[in-house]
Amino acid sequence: MSGARENVEPASLDPAAKAELDKAFAELYRDHLKDVYSYAYYRVGNQHDAEDLTEQAFLQAYRHFDRARRESDGRPLRPWLIRIAHNLALNYYRDRSRRPQTPLENADPIPARHGTEAIAEGREELRQVIAKLDDLPDDRRDALIMRFALGMDNREIARALGRSDGATKVLIHRAIKQLEEAMADE
Amino acid sequence: MSEASERITGSTWDVERLLDDALRPMEPPERLSGRFEDTLAAVTQAAAEELSDWAEELSESELRALRDPRNWVRPVVAVGAGGVATGALLLLELRRRGRQQTKSRLRSVTDRVGL
Repeated sequence: MSGARENVEPASLDPAAKAELDKAFAELYRDHLKDVYSYAYYRVGNQHDAEDLTEQAFLQAYRHFDRARRESDGRPLRPWLIRIAHNLALNYYRDRSRRPQTPLENADPIPARHGTEAIAEGREELRQVIAKLDDLPDDRRDALIMRFALGMDNREIARALGRSDGATKVLIHRAIKQLEEAMADE
Repeated sequence: MSEASERITGSTWDVERLLDDALRPMEPPERLSGRFEDTLAAVTQAAAEELSDWAEELSESELRALRDPRNWVRPVVAVGAGGVATGALLLLELRRRGRQQTKSRLRSVTDRVGL
């Protein structure tokens, strides 16, 4: 947390403006905690680091919230938040030179829309798809996490990844194709 | 999700459906909110204290020192001393070059007269 200690407080605001900003931030936090945590969880692969990453992401967001709100021009701030988490995740791997040893600690998803007879088979499929997802290049995996875990559309993903809408559409298409091929190779 | 991709025909895997099932949103642990609030409160408090300490230190000691004309003598002396040192170095270098030129001129004269 030491890195976050500097300039955390949005500076030079009068108390009323500060209270209004804090209220808006609390709303942002409430609305998107699950998104940021889900992204972090699927990105780093364990609950402990996902909590750290989520906390860091919101601390950083708080520091720049005033400016982000002014510059967003009314557009949703979710892509901005996810971009912060995305950059932190990149640093996480860069700093510690590590990737998740196992795809996901709780990679035991229960298929919600399957009949009971398909559950056992379904679980194996889900494990496989998560393992294959982890083998994808970072940008492809991230785009799929944003699309499927967070339900973000192309434009939001493009903003979060700092790419054009067209490039993002191609990225997702290729990611799914690569995943299908990897599954077919099993 | 329909925009995510066009279906890749010929595949036996419905990867989009699998991803939909596998990557369900994760519910953050309840302790995370409390933890974040505590951290944020601690960090903002620490930042405010640091800022206030720094401002106090600066106003009480450094600002007074900066305003005191007696403390301006030292920088002026330092600049003056620096100037004198630079001048002396220049002078030495000029004299060295002068001596070299004299020596080479003498050498050429001695060469010419065959000494």
